[in-house]
Parts: sequence; C-alpha cells; structure tokens
Amino acid sequence: MKVDRRSFLGLGLGAAAGIAVSPIGIKLTDDSSIWTQNWPWTPVPVDGEVSYENSVCSLCPGSCGISVRKIDDRPVKIEGLAEYPINDGGACLHGIAGLQYLYDPARVKTPLKKNGDKFEEISWDEAIETVAGKLADIRKKGSPEKLACIIDKDQGSVSGLFKRLLKTFGSPNFYTMPSLESYLELTAATLHSEGETISFDLENASFVLSFGAGVIEGWGSPVNCFKANASRKERHAKLYQIEPRLSNTAANADKWIPVKPGTEADLALGICAVLLKNKLFDTTATANLKGGLNKFAALLQKDYTPSKIAEITGVKESDIEKIATLFAKSKMPLAVFGKGRGDGAQSLKELVAVHTLNCLVGNINKKGGAFVQPKTNYLEFPDESMDSISDKGFAKTKIGSYVDQLIEKVNGSSKPVVDALFVYNANPCHSLHDSKKVKQAIGKIPFVVSFSSFLDETAMEADIILPSHTFIERFEDVPSSAGLAMNVVGLTKPIVEPLFSTKNPGDSIILIAKALEGNIAQSFEWESYEECLEEVTSGIWDSLSEDGFAVISEGVPTGSVKTNIAYLSKNPSTVQAQGDFALTLIPIDNMRLISAGVSVSPFAIKTVSDKVLKGKNIVVEINPLSAKGLKDGRLATLTTPMGKARVKVNFNEGIMPGVIGMVEGLGHTFENIYVSNKGVNVNDLIGPVFESGSGLDAAFGIKAKISKA
Amino acid sequence: MSEIENKAENGSTESAGECTAGEAKDDKGLGLGVIFFIAAFVVCFLSGTLLFPKLLYSKKEQPFNFDHQLHVGEAGDCDACHSLREDGSFTGIPKLTTCLDCHTEEVLGDTEDEAIFTDEYVSKDKEVPWYVYSIQPDCVFFSHAAHTGDAGMECVDCHGPIGDSTSSRPYEENRITGYSRDIWGKNIFGIKKHSWDRMKMDDCAACHKKETGHQGYCFQCHK
Repeated sequence: MKVDRRSFLGLGLGAAAGIAVSPIGIKLTDDSSIWTQNWPWTPVPVDGEVSYENSVCSLCPGSCGISVRKIDDRPVKIEGLAEYPINDGGACLHGIAGLQYLYDPARVKTPLKKNGDKFEEISWDEAIETVAGKLADIRKKGSPEKLACIIDKDQGSVSGLFKRLLKTFGSPNFYTMPSLESYLELTAATLHSEGETISFDLENASFVLSFGAGVIEGWGSPVNCFKANASRKERHAKLYQIEPRLSNTAANADKWIPVKPGTEADLALGICAVLLKNKLFDTTATANLKGGLNKFAALLQKDYTPSKIAEITGVKESDIEKIATLFAKSKMPLAVFGKGRGDGAQSLKELVAVHTLNCLVGNINKKGGAFVQPKTNYLEFPDESMDSISDKGFAKTKIGSYVDQLIEKVNGSSKPVVDALFVYNANPCHSLHDSKKVKQAIGKIPFVVSFSSFLDETAMEADIILPSHTFIERFEDVPSSAGLAMNVVGLTKPIVEPLFSTKNPGDSIILIAKALEGNIAQSFEWESYEECLEEVTSGIWDSLSEDGFAVISEGVPTGSVKTNIAYLSKNPSTVQAQGDFALTLIPIDNMRLISAGVSVSPFAIKTVSDKVLKGKNIVVEINPLSAKGLKDGRLATLTTPMGKARVKVNFNEGIMPGVIGMVEGLGHTFENIYVSNKGVNVNDLIGPVFESGSGLDAAFGIKAKISKA
Repeated sequence: MSEIENKAENGSTESAGECTAGEAKDDKGLGLGVIFFIAAFVVCFLSGTLLFPKLLYSKKEQPFNFDHQLHVGEAGDCDACHSLREDGSFTGIPKLTTCLDCHTEEVLGDTEDEAIFTDEYVSKDKEVPWYVYSIQPDCVFFSHAAHTGDAGMECVDCHGPIGDSTSSRPYEENRITGYSRDIWGKNIFGIKKHSWDRMKMDDCAACHKKETGHQGYCFQCHK
C-alpha cells in the first residue's frame, strides 16, 4: 500500500467529520455568541441589595427633594422625591444626572498646591497650615479687609460660615455671584424695605406676564415652575412671554411678544403708563405708594407713552394697550422678571419697572400674586468674637458693591486690592462677563483658595484647592430661594462615604478658623460642621433630621408691605449694549445646560440639540432677514468688541431680526473630555456694562457682526 | 490525426492496459484512504469529546472548602442563608454579615477551612470571593421569587442536591465566556439526566412549556 493523495484526502475528511460530529462546533458557536454579548468594556451592574435614601439636590437654587437608589453601598440613580413640598416627585435632567458629578473625571481628589504651572498633591494638614499661614500674614500687616470671598449664595449655614470667617478676620468683602435670589432681594430693597425678598405665586396666578423669565427653561425653582406651568391649562391661566426670541417658554405661552433686547424696562414702564392713564390700577394699592406717584405718572405720560414705547421696543402701540388692559382686568395678574434663568446680568430699572406693575394692580401678598416678606432666617449663629483688627477691618467699605465691580477694581488698580481670595461653589472665570478679564483679575490676586470639587476654570487659577464633598457626600442645609412661593429648608445628607480625600466646605472653614487662633478660633468652637449645623439650625433641626425638610412658611404672607417708587420717579437711564455693530448678540439660557456654579454633566450635554451644538461648533440663531451673505448651517465668524468666535449659523425665524442668539454654558476649557472644548463661552464675547446708580452689570448683550468664515 | 484522437478511435489496448493497472493501484489507495479517514475521525472525535472540554474549561478552587450539609444541619433550609429581600430580589451568596449571624471571630469548628475563613475574611472584614456555579449572563432577567414563591419550585429543581454536599467541587470556568461549566452542563454533548444538569435557555423554555403551556416570550427574560 502506498500513501498517496487520496490517503491525505481521507485523513482530512476524517478529521473534518470527526470534529463535525464532536461537540466542538456547537459548543464553540454557543460560547462565541455569549462572548460577543459580554465584551470586557461593556459595563455590567454589580448586583446587590436595593435601598433608597432621601436627600436634597443643591445643584441649582431649585432645592428639589431627591430619592437616591442604591445597590448595596453604591448610589446608582437619582429620582425626584414624592411628596416633597417643592417638587413632589419631579426631577430635572441635571438632578437625575447628579451622580455623574460624584464620579466626574475632573474631580479634585485631594488637596492641591500650585507649584509653577502645575498642581501637586498635599496633605490636608499642610493645606490648612498653608492657608492659615498666609491669612495670618495678611492680618499681621494690618489689612484684613484684603481677604475677599466669592460664593454662590448668601443663604444657608455653609455660606454663613464663610461670612463669619471673613467678619471675624476683619473683612467686609463677601461677594455672591449674581442669582435670581440676589435680584429679588435687591428689587425688594429698592421698592419695599431692606431685608425683604420677593416670591411669585405662579401656581395660582391667572395671568402671568413674563419679561423673559424662562419659566420652563430653568428659571426660579425649575421643577416647581414646570409643574405650575403644566397646570396652567387646567386653571385656564394665561402666560404672555415678552422676549426677543421664540424660546421654549414663548412657544409654550399663550402669546409671544417679541421685544427688542434691552428694552423690557421701557415696555414695563409703557404698560405702567397705560395703567395709570386709563385708571386701570388698584386704588387701594396706589393709595399706599410712597415716593411720588404723581411725579411718576407725569414722567410716564411724558416719556413712556405707547407711541414712544412702540418705537423703542418694537411692540405695536395697540398691543401695549391691549396687554395693559388684559393684565389689569385679569383676576390675579402677576408680572415676573429675571430674563432667562434669572441669574444673568439684569438692570435694576427693569427689575423694578416690572415689579411696579405688580404694585400698581395690587397683587402684593395676595393669592396668585407676588409675595413680599422678610428673608428667611432660620439660622441662629452665636455672636462672633471680634478683636480690634476685625472691628477695624470689617468697618471698612467693600471694594465694590457686586462681584463684577470687585473684578473691575482688581484689574484697574496697580496695587493689590485683594491679597487673598476664597472661591466656593462659583466659577467666575466662566460665568461672569468678559471671562478673560476675570481670569486676569484672579491671576493678579497673590493667594487664591478654591473650595471646588472640580478642577474648573476658576479652580485652575487657584494657589490652593481644598476640595469639597459633592452634594451626594455631605450634610448641608438647603433653603429654598429663587422666587418660590413657599419657604422650605431641606437637608442634604451624605448618601455615600466620600470617594476621595475631600471635606465638607464647612469643616474646611472651621479648620482654617481654628488654625488662625485668637478671636477667630473662638468664633468657631465646633468640633465639626455637623455639630455646627445642628446648633445653628436648632429651631428646625428636629424636622430637618426626621423629615428631611422643614417648612418655614407657606401660603400668602400676612403683614403690611411698604412700597416706595422713588427710584423710578427719578427716571433712571436704560442701559445700552456696548459697541457700534449693527446686530445685537444676546445669551440664551437653555434648560439642558447649566451656566453657573457647577458645569453641565456629561449626560445633560448629550441631550443638547444640534441646533445648539453641532459637533464641537456652537450654533447661533439668526433671523434670515439679518443674515445677508450667510448660509444656513455653514460656519461664520462672529465679532463683538470683546473678540471673535467661529460659529455655525442656524437660520431661525423665531428670533427678531437684528438679534443673534448664542447659548450660555458651553465653551468650558478645563480637563473633562465629556464637557470641555465644545462650543464657545458666550461670556468671552460679552463685556460688562455697569448700570449707573445700581452699579449692576446690566449687559443684556453686546453689539456684534457676523460674516462668512 | 493527433495521437489522442487515434487512441480514442482505436481504443488503444496499450493505453487501456495502463488504465486498468492504474485502477488497481487506486483501489489500494482508497483502502488506505478509508483507514486514514477512520483514524482521523476517531482521533478528532475523541479529542473533541474528551480533550476539548479540558482545554475549554479552567479549574479553579474555591477560597476554602464549604460544607453545605453541615450548614443545612446547623442553620436550616436553603433560605436560612440564601434568602429573598423584601422587594423580592434574591440575596444570592450570603455576605459576610450574614455569616457573622452565627460565626464570630472565634473559630467555631476545628477544620482548616474554618481557620481560613476566620483569619482571612472575618478578622479582616473581607468578603469571601466565592466562585458562583450558577451565575448567568447579565442579559437575562431572572426572579427567584417568582419561581420559588408563586410557582412553588424547590431549590433543588435547578440547583441539584448541593445542600447535601460536604465539600466544594472545583469551579470550572469557560475560558471564552467566563461563565461556569454548570450552565452548559457537565456533559459536553449537553445530554442531561436531571432537571438541574444544564441551565441553558432551552431548559427554561422546556420547563415553561411543560408547566405553563407556553415557552414564553423573548422580552420576559431578555429585558
């Protein structure tokens, strides 16, 4: 027998048949199909016991109750907390994505110290020692007022601790970022009394006249506003939206009234003029008005006649008359201010003019109207211990009234105006106008301490970072604000053990105070922030700790309200946009983006439409009538007096001719692959314009031109 | 006329003879081919049946030996340790805290395994990294509560008499899928004698068909 070609054929066929009959084929097919469903990079949730813990979201001033779903010790989902007085089970997209902040790649994991251009990790002991050492040097030099602080809000115990540290150190330079709440307090102080605030009973109003307030775009307490708006149809209530573009709120409203940007105050006063001329006001309410009603009425009849206002604002004369009549004759009218989210630049003239409408129709402290009442004060801090240095320093005048003025003064002076700066829960290098200048000012300050949880634009400028727990990891009292008709204080609770070497900002402040010794340490005798929180909220602690919240007040406030219209009687001038170009660039607040405090989450940025962000290009809205030489969907160069930007163009007939709309909250530059380097920051292109009298940055936009790229 | 045409027409005897001789040689070749075929078939079939499983699965020993029989005797039925939570989800392999309901940092028994448990896990407050024989791919939703509660099935119907075991057998991990050999079954052909011998989708479907009259829809398990 000879081994030949056929033998090999037999061998091969035999092998093939043997394998085919063996289980190899079927088994490998089955295994490979399972293998393809279990790629190693596919996340597989770890199994475990499911539990829910209640807390309060503090990502925005909304202060919604949340229920956090946990698998064993790991939080996996955030949902709205049912029956919580503010949101009753509702949640916004930022709230449900809140856990992404916990696991954010840009989180600061341990205290950092800047060495040259880079940060190096240091221990908490060294960090506190360094901060206390620098502060002690400033105090020794006799200029404690040169310590400044920029924080998100002036409510709650953490803010209270920062303020207390500054006061006992000897500095009055405590600044908050612009917020709807700060504007409400300022408006109340101008029209009513210092120490009061305003809130709006949107749920019961029958006619809401909104001057650009993005009722469903993040204004006020967003989820509460969504619910109030959702019930509008059932209640047969009307919403008239006054703003230059057809926002979601305008599209959802009963009527959209396009108005030229920056002329809202004039329109409000024009409506006031009609109310007074046609005797549509509430006589009881006007009888109590102080500050010269006749002078005010005369001014309006002279300078704010419907014909003049129609020319200024672009709203037809007949429409102004009609709106005024509808507003006055409605069962419970309510005029609402705060353009967009209400935390951007606003002019006091506009805020006061709009609220004067409420005062004239007499809806103050009535169901469905505007509530004016003293600011919520549930905190009972013990008296501070002051020494001569702190007394002297604290008595000095603040560097500027508002944070924008502080930045202006720091930049404008050749000598250091501020020697040390604390920044907490704020990102001025991204959220304030002319962010390059803000960065320059913060760069000029010799010692900057950031308490940020994330390495954002402002934290990058810091000399020391004392990283804070995220709201998932810490205790904090969270008072409701932002125009909410009820006063509720919620308790944020740690849902998970801190992931990194971070601290509650309250604890960081207590440690710094103790290291500074003397009267400062004496004013901070708590062992921990938790001990402090329990003591300063002792009046409501039982409710806070047992129910997770405490209702301070709800319903229509009682008590008399003083109203003084002297500010408007002096006819303050209207702020004009900076520059000479033909078009006006205005920022747009989009519910899917966050523009203050923390930056947007990876989840939320993915939900943004490609009419807002296309790839890495920001998309600007422009009316086709103003887009000569441009093509829809193509790249263009947008130029303002502040600089240039490459943008994509979106032709939109829902924006007034002559106006360019650019979304706010994009263009982050810090290291976060999910969020940064997408679009441009509109605040780079808009510079501050200070309103004479109030000193507020009231830049509603800026003059701009746009040309083919 | 060409040579080929000549051969075709004349039926050339020479060439015919060559052809016959050639066929005889081929027969011998075919015979060898058959032997080769059979040999290769047998070798490959046996390899696929006996050697292949040994290559496909890697054997892993449990962290220490666990005596189910002893624990059933001491603690009670399966649900003494493998219980359902309030929401109906299954606790699976008990966590250390459950073990510590009975165990303490003091060694309870006198076995080497007990010492490992106490020294390596209890005193270090570390979970025991058990290999779980019955873990299914994550793409399957399965409710123990629905099967043992409403349907009244016994644990043994799917898990076999593991409660009678006195030692932990090695865990055989499929090198391709990473899952236990128990899912496909010990028998590489997938032949099963008992209901618990194999736990593939067809087994679920067969039991559903038998018990409910319908094998069920995709989304009932693949949610």
